[in-house]
Amino acid sequence: MTAPASTKGAPAAGEERVISVREVSKIFRPGGRPVSALARVSMEIRRGIITGLVGPDGAGKTTLMRILAGLMIPDSGEVNVLGMSAISQSLKVQASIGYMPQRFGLYEDLTMRENMDLYADLQGVPEESRPERFQELLRMTGLSAFTSRLARRLSGGMKQKLGLACTLIRPPQLLLLDEPTVGVDPVSRRELWTIVARLVREGGMTVLLSTAYLDEAEHCGEVIILHEGQVLGSGPPNDFKRQVKDRTFAVRAGGIKKRDVQESLAVTQGVLDAVIQGDSVRVVTETAALPDAATLLPGIENVSIQPVPPRFEDGFIAILRELRKGEGTKGSAAAVAPALAKNKANGDHIIEVRDVERRFGDFYAVKGITFDVKRGEVFGLLGANGAGKSTTFRMLCGLLPASGGRLLVDNTDLRHAAAAARSRIGYMSQKFSLYGNLSVRQNLHFFSSAYGLSGQRRTERISSVLEQFELSGYADTRSLDLSLGHKQRLAMACALMHEPDVLFLDEPTSGVDPLARREFWHRINELSGRGVTVLVTTHFMEESEYCDRLAIMSAGRILALGQPGDIKAMAATPETPEPSMEDAFISLIMADEQAGDSR
Amino acid sequence: MRMRGLVRKELLQVIRDPSSIAIAFLMPVVLLILFGYGVSLDAEHVPIALVVEHPDAETAGFTSVFRQSRYFSPVGFREMKGAEDAMRKGLVDGIIHLREDFSRRTRDAGGAPVQVIVNGIDANNARLISGYVEGAWSTWLQQKAIADGVAGVPVQVEQRVWFNSEMRSRNFLVPGLIAVIMTLIGALLTALVVAREWERGTMEALMVTPVTMKEILLGKLVPYFFLGMGGMALSVTMAVWQFGVPLRGSLAVLFASSSLFLLVALGMGLLISTLAKNQFVAGQVAIIVTFLPAFILSGFIFDIGSMPAPIRLFTHVIAARYFVEILQTVFLAGNVWPVILPNALALLLMAAVFFGIIRRKSRKRLD
Amino acid sequence: MGARIVALMIKEFLSLLKDKKSRVVVVVPPILQLIVFGYAATFDLSHVPYAVYNEDGGAPAQDLLAGFRGSQNFLESAFITHEEQIRPLIDNKKVLMVVHLGPTFSRDLLSGAPASLQVIIDGRNSNTAMLALNYANSIVGSFNEEWTKEHGLSGPPARLVARAWFNPNLESRWFIVPGIVGLLTLVVTMLVTALSVAREREQGTFDQLLVTPFRPVEILIGKALPGFIIGTFEATVITLMAVFWFKVPLLGSVITLYAGIALFLLSAIGVGLMISSLAVTQQQGLLGAFLFLVPAIILSGFTTPIANMPQVIQDITLLNPMRYFMVVLRGIFLEGAPFHILISQLWPMAVIGVVNLALAGWLFRHRMY
Repeated sequence: MTAPASTKGAPAAGEERVISVREVSKIFRPGGRPVSALARVSMEIRRGIITGLVGPDGAGKTTLMRILAGLMIPDSGEVNVLGMSAISQSLKVQASIGYMPQRFGLYEDLTMRENMDLYADLQGVPEESRPERFQELLRMTGLSAFTSRLARRLSGGMKQKLGLACTLIRPPQLLLLDEPTVGVDPVSRRELWTIVARLVREGGMTVLLSTAYLDEAEHCGEVIILHEGQVLGSGPPNDFKRQVKDRTFAVRAGGIKKRDVQESLAVTQGVLDAVIQGDSVRVVTETAALPDAATLLPGIENVSIQPVPPRFEDGFIAILRELRKGEGTKGSAAAVAPALAKNKANGDHIIEVRDVERRFGDFYAVKGITFDVKRGEVFGLLGANGAGKSTTFRMLCGLLPASGGRLLVDNTDLRHAAAAARSRIGYMSQKFSLYGNLSVRQNLHFFSSAYGLSGQRRTERISSVLEQFELSGYADTRSLDLSLGHKQRLAMACALMHEPDVLFLDEPTSGVDPLARREFWHRINELSGRGVTVLVTTHFMEESEYCDRLAIMSAGRILALGQPGDIKAMAATPETPEPSMEDAFISLIMADEQAGDSR
Repeated sequence: MRMRGLVRKELLQVIRDPSSIAIAFLMPVVLLILFGYGVSLDAEHVPIALVVEHPDAETAGFTSVFRQSRYFSPVGFREMKGAEDAMRKGLVDGIIHLREDFSRRTRDAGGAPVQVIVNGIDANNARLISGYVEGAWSTWLQQKAIADGVAGVPVQVEQRVWFNSEMRSRNFLVPGLIAVIMTLIGALLTALVVAREWERGTMEALMVTPVTMKEILLGKLVPYFFLGMGGMALSVTMAVWQFGVPLRGSLAVLFASSSLFLLVALGMGLLISTLAKNQFVAGQVAIIVTFLPAFILSGFIFDIGSMPAPIRLFTHVIAARYFVEILQTVFLAGNVWPVILPNALALLLMAAVFFGIIRRKSRKRLD
Repeated sequence: MGARIVALMIKEFLSLLKDKKSRVVVVVPPILQLIVFGYAATFDLSHVPYAVYNEDGGAPAQDLLAGFRGSQNFLESAFITHEEQIRPLIDNKKVLMVVHLGPTFSRDLLSGAPASLQVIIDGRNSNTAMLALNYANSIVGSFNEEWTKEHGLSGPPARLVARAWFNPNLESRWFIVPGIVGLLTLVVTMLVTALSVAREREQGTFDQLLVTPFRPVEILIGKALPGFIIGTFEATVITLMAVFWFKVPLLGSVITLYAGIALFLLSAIGVGLMISSLAVTQQQGLLGAFLFLVPAIILSGFTTPIANMPQVIQDITLLNPMRYFMVVLRGIFLEGAPFHILISQLWPMAVIGVVNLALAGWLFRHRMY
């Protein structure tokens, strides 16, 4: 069985418009307040290619996907899918497209086979053609060995592939995938892209895929950037890169920590963006000219500046910066430029983790991990959902007893320590976990009182963090109504009210836009500069570059531990002499699986 | 084929996730036992103080009636003061006071006064107790009239209680309870399962396949209808075997009316979850709109006819009200069509209204 | 420590009362339930339909029937002439009762032979039947008294002089309404406390709370006090409505009443927080609250006397704080019972409260997964 597009002599890829959207708006009213999810969005999608819908959480990606699938009616505008109106002919549209919702739409208490049977029934796939089709899909997704396993017991990556298989049971002409790669480990992400690319190449399928990972945009034939309900730009990824042509450089400064180099570069005039990449700092400038080392990093020697090819992300950031020009700062005005060459990360061990395990029933969430964190260090835990990062954090903060092993934070076990010991740590949990119907000020007030601040000191601290986190304008807003980026800021502000020595940040940057992420890391750098020890988890591989040291976790175990450069070096091969962190992660997982097989 | 797929999926989920089986089978058993034993209006062995100031043959005749009655467990006193103390402390629920001159005054024209004091706090219970006392008193009068060879009271009441001659309150409470419990269970079953699909995001995946909304709803209704009927059968069995309630009507009528009622209850649940889309809210609403109204306003314990007119009018939208009436009749009286038909018709109408609203409210849309 | 608890309380109140839905939950259902319970939950009968089957045309028969006709409790709705008409009337629930006077009624009565009045009653609801029979009996009783007086017959050797203490007119409402004070206070307190920890767990704020220097005791107090204040407020409003709207007498001292309310709230909050700390999600909290509330209400003596239950179940009710509070409420409202008589009811509530609060506090830290 192949998709109809390839058999019926359809127009060549890229000519025909499969989707066209005109002036679509959608407003939601949670709690009576109108929130614009989509504001006069227009776009077109061509046949036979992968189109990426890129944007942070809350950009309107899911709403747009649902409107295309006929699951939502826009307030105004036209939506045309495969020549039919998704508004008035939604049933017909649904009969000819495949759609995978964000959580894959699987029944957790059904087995893999039963899920596939259900969707075959619903799609009207005849009984006799099923064995062949199922086998084809299982081979493609590599799931043949697990057909009788309950969907609940599958890993994130396997669920994602099963979800895809279920939507492909009756090959659709158009495939809509809503954030298929979120929370999935890099190996599975790569596999998914391979499968999707093959569907397009061999089956002539058209795919629209939404994602918050900017690096994935590079794999798309065309990209549409959605931001706060508006299309910021669309076209092939190269168009976006072209905008920042000759404006991207790799800067190295010998003898100085790259994080400090990045911090100073970020506040330099004429620099749009500065991020750490590998052993250098990647800089995007405002104009296309090789910058002068003396203006970039005055007073520092051994500065080398090399032009590098632009990435999609550079283009995106340039667009965002342009958009936010009116809003003034780059999030750095409040910051004091960090003292260069200050290096405090040579102290004693403030955190000790020895052979710690945590069992839930017969399932090991954490299985014998050991690591140390030095005072003033930024330490990262890297891994996919379910790797055991959050469990480790919860044990360190004394929220969860360990099933075995020893955890010490500043020589105390927080599970049994006196209440006062907890006032030296700050904790920001995975999801936005502050009191939603309290205002920003009330939240700050509560947490400062919780840490025993009172009177003058409390008032001072509150106004100082309001300023520091640029929340003054929102002090009386209900925190539920803040944008995700602002919520994240508030959460961090609350965790820092009492100026803790150790800060635990659990996935602080997931879902926020790239600018907010940069701002976030900037604050972390600043804290580290002041001697605060920071532990952070993330599933963005590139963020690991900001850490002094990191541990890569998978299935409850630490696969590698060390400085980013060392970990990458472990994965270097003749073919890829300079692997990215993602490459390193994948090769570590592969090696681990092979070791597991031979064990 | 699509329906078959949906029903099979639902059944598999029921088997894998025991919570709906627990709701359908465990909950009625637990609730029925709890209510069946916990709610009883039959006062027996009521502790009562018998104050006899001057015991003699006459007073012995009088008190023996009380001592022999299964309704009373009398405690003897010689003085009023002790009895009054006992009543204040809640040790007895009533006082029968025979004065010193009781025997002498029985020969007076007006007869000897017997002071009866009941604790009126629980008015219903107080009334039942005074009824029992009056019964005991007339028994004594008759015995005495026969013994003395004189005429008794001019008019005697000869009572015949139909359908429930022993006046066991359980006989009417248990069938009523079945209606209350099935309202809760029917609504809870569907309310939670549909809301679960919304919450886990599977509804979105279902909707984008070619299934129609009607098929999705039917696919939910069919399995839970059978599950609910299972719970119903279990309750009826318990009513008959465990609580000894007579079943005078036919099983066929019971079955037919139960199916009708279950449709209403499941429909209510579907409607709740269609509007709520969240298991927590759906559960909350299901409990609020089903349990208390069914308990108070269905006539299962409090007589609807004696409620004030506005509240009486309101009871007409409580589905359990019709089912209570059908159940009490089918269990205790038999197949009385003039009672069953209008009530069944009302249930049918309610089912039609619920499914009509569901049909209108549940478009294949997420907003 | 004081300032921290105050902060915790303020937060608790803010997050409860700033949310429209929870404001509604605290205010609307109690008032609705009070009205519905107050008016609908009554065992008093009025206008019970009955039919007359009078085969005797005599004047004494008419006199007796006039007694029925004059009663508020009965409503004559059919007059029948054949035996066969009885069954359909009762079967179809057209009437609850048929009053039957045989052809020899007047003759027997005048000749001094015992005359009998047959009352056929629908026993499907045995409680209603029993009450209607009692009403019928007292109508016949007064007729008998009149008759003996008028005809100079020797009366019965003894007559009953009945009186009811505490509720002389035997009004159901006097019984039910004080009970509602307990019922609604329990429901609202449970909803406020049973979901409070579960909600924070679900939203992740409980973790945030536990990593602060708060001690479990402080969290416990911070969570318990708002429930206590809301419960007291609720009880006060309902008490006021009971006294001024439903005109139920409040004979006992207000201080004793509040002592009872305080101890009852302690036990209710204890159970609520216990459920809350066991539950991981709000849904579990709700289900737990429901599973506690239903038996607690049924087995409290709120509608039906505990004495009527089988012994095993009576023993189980000893664990139910509501059971004690019902006695306390009715004692204070209707009997004017002083504090020392109620001590036996007060201490069990205190014990239940303290044990549950201690367990809840322990569970805060130990149930985390």
